[in-house]
Amino acid sequence: MKTLLILGAGTGGTMVANRMTELLDTNEWRIVIIDRDETHYYQPGFLFIPFGTYKPEDVIKPKRNFLPPTVEVIFSDIEMIEPDENRVRLAKEGQVIYYDYLVIATGSHIHPEETEGMVNGGWQKNIFDFYTLDGATALSRFLRTWDGGRLVVNVAEMPIKCPVAPLEFLFLADAFFHERGIRNKVDLVYATPLPGAFTKPIASKKLGDMLERKNILLETDFNIGEVDSNKNVIRSWDEREIEYDLLVTVPTNMGADVIERSGMGDELNFVPIDKFTLQSDGWENIFVIGDAGNAPTSKAGSVAHFMLDVVVENILRHIEGLPLKPDFDGHANCYIESGFGKGILIDFNYETEPLPGKFPLPGIGPFSLLQESVANHWGKMSFRWIYWNVLLKGRKMPIESQMSMAGKWT
Amino acid sequence: MTTTATRDILDTVEFDEGGFMVDPHAWTPEIAEAIAEREGLELTERHWVVIHFARDEFAKNGEAPTLRRITKTTDVSTKEIYKLFPGGPAKVAAKIAGLGKPTGCI
Ligand SMILES: Cc1cc2nc3c(=O)[nH]c(=O)nc-3n(C[C@H](O)[C@H](O)[C@H](O)COP(=O)(O)OP(=O)(O)OC[C@H]3O[C@@H](n4cnc5c(N)ncnc54)[C@H](O)[C@@H]3O)c2cc1C
Repeated sequence: MKTLLILGAGTGGTMVANRMTELLDTNEWRIVIIDRDETHYYQPGFLFIPFGTYKPEDVIKPKRNFLPPTVEVIFSDIEMIEPDENRVRLAKEGQVIYYDYLVIATGSHIHPEETEGMVNGGWQKNIFDFYTLDGATALSRFLRTWDGGRLVVNVAEMPIKCPVAPLEFLFLADAFFHERGIRNKVDLVYATPLPGAFTKPIASKKLGDMLERKNILLETDFNIGEVDSNKNVIRSWDEREIEYDLLVTVPTNMGADVIERSGMGDELNFVPIDKFTLQSDGWENIFVIGDAGNAPTSKAGSVAHFMLDVVVENILRHIEGLPLKPDFDGHANCYIESGFGKGILIDFNYETEPLPGKFPLPGIGPFSLLQESVANHWGKMSFRWIYWNVLLKGRKMPIESQMSMAGKWT
Repeated sequence: MTTTATRDILDTVEFDEGGFMVDPHAWTPEIAEAIAEREGLELTERHWVVIHFARDEFAKNGEAPTLRRITKTTDVSTKEIYKLFPGGPAKVAAKIAGLGKPTGCI
C-alpha cells in the first residue's frame, strides 16, 4: 500500500483530497489528510463580518463534511516534516506517518507580534485584524458603537494573502459609515508599503482613482516599524507617523510554523517551489498547493483552485515516471467589493497584469473587468456558495485554469 | 556632487530607466562606489556587509534579496539598514549591488 499524505485541510488540501480519491486506485493507495482544526473557515467571508453582513456562523462548517469517506482524516497538530526520511511527526499520540507523496497545503497565517508594539497596548481595544474570525468578530463589536474618528488600514509587509482585501475593507467601510450617517465624522486612511494602491500598474491607477473618489487618503511606501499605543500612532522605519483612533492591521503573513521548524521554508516560511510545475525545489515527491508555496502570484482561494489541475496532473505523471507539465501560469481571478452593492473583477497571471474588458464566463457572465458593476458584486456574493459546493469538492468550474485573453482590452 | 572619476565610471555602465544596472555581471566594487556617490552615500564596512550578501544571493538564486531576507540572514537589523540605505533599503542596496529591482511583492 502506498500513501499520499496531505498536510492541511483548508481550501487547497480539501480540493486535492477530493480530486485524488477519484483518480488513485484505492486498492493501491491510502490517502491521509491532517489538520489541527475540525472547523473549515470560509476566509473570504471574514471581510463581511466587521460590517455585520455575515455572522460568524455564516462562514464555518465542519471540515469532515467536505472530505470523502475514503480519505483518512486525522485531527492533530503537525509537529515536524522530515522530508529526507519521507515521514511526518504528529503531536497526537506521537504518531509518525510515512509517505510516498506529500502535498503541503498548510496556508499562510498572520503574525501581529512581528511588528513592535502591535500586541501589547491597544490590541483588540482599538487595534484589530480581520484576517482571523476572532479578529473580524471583535472588530464588528467595536464598530457597532463607534461614533467616528480616524480609521487607518495598514498593511505591515508584502506578500499578504488576498492582496485586494484591505482595499475592499476600505470601500465597504466607506459605504458602512455612509449608511450609518456618520461618514462625515470618519477619516479613512490607507497606509501601504507599496508605491501605489495595488501591485500591478493599470489596476493600481484604477483603484487609486477610486480611493480618491471615495475620499480615502492613500499613504504609500509606508513600511511600519512600530505601533505606539500610548500616542495612538504608527511609525514607519523612515520615521513618518500616522495617527489613528482605530487601527485595522493586516499583519505580516507567514507560512505555517511547522515549515520553519522543519527547515523547509524561505525567510517568511513559504516553501520554495517551481512556479510552473508546483513541485518543491528540495524534494521530488513533495508538491505544494495554495498559500504555502512561494510562487510569485496572489495568495487566494481562486489561485489554489487554478493550481489544482497542475498539482494533480504532475503527481500522477511523477508516479508514472513521466516529465512534469510546466502548466501553472500564475492565474488569479478576484472579485473586489467596492461598496454600495457593486464590485470589480480582476483577472491576471505571471505575464499579464489586470486589464479592462469583459470576462466571458459561459452561462453566468459576462462580468466587467476592472470596472464597477452590480453583477460583479453578485459574483462575489455567490462565491460563498460556489466555494462550499463546487470549489472545495475539486469539481471543474466553468473557468479554465490557464488565463485567457478573450474579451480583454489590450 | 559627483566627481569626474565617478562620472567616467558611470558613463561606461548601462542603466534602465529606474537607475538599475542592465547587466549585473558587469558590476565591480568601483561601480558600486560610483553608484553610491550618485545616490549621495559613502559606503562603509556595514554597507558592504549588505552589498556582498546581495551579490551572493544573486549568484545563488538569480535575484536580489528582499529586505526581510537581508535582516534575517545577516547581522544588520531593519533599523540599521534604513539608516544605511535611506529611502527604500532593499531597492537602494540592489541598485548599488548592480542588481535588478527586488521582486518581493505581487
Ligand atoms: C479576509 C480574507 C479575504 C479573502 N478573500 C478572498 C477572496 O475574495 N477570493 C479568494 O479567492 N481568496 C480570498 N482569500 C484567500 C483564501 O482564503 C486563501 O488564499 C485560501 O484559503 C488558501 O488556501 P490554503 O489551502 O493554501 O490554506 P488554508 O485554507 O488557510 O488552509 C491551511 C490549513 O492548514 C492547517 N495547518 C497549518 N499548520 C498546521 C499544523 N502545524 N498542524 C495542523 N494543521 C495545520 C490550518 O489549520 C488550515 O486548515 C481571503 C483571505 C482572507 C483572510
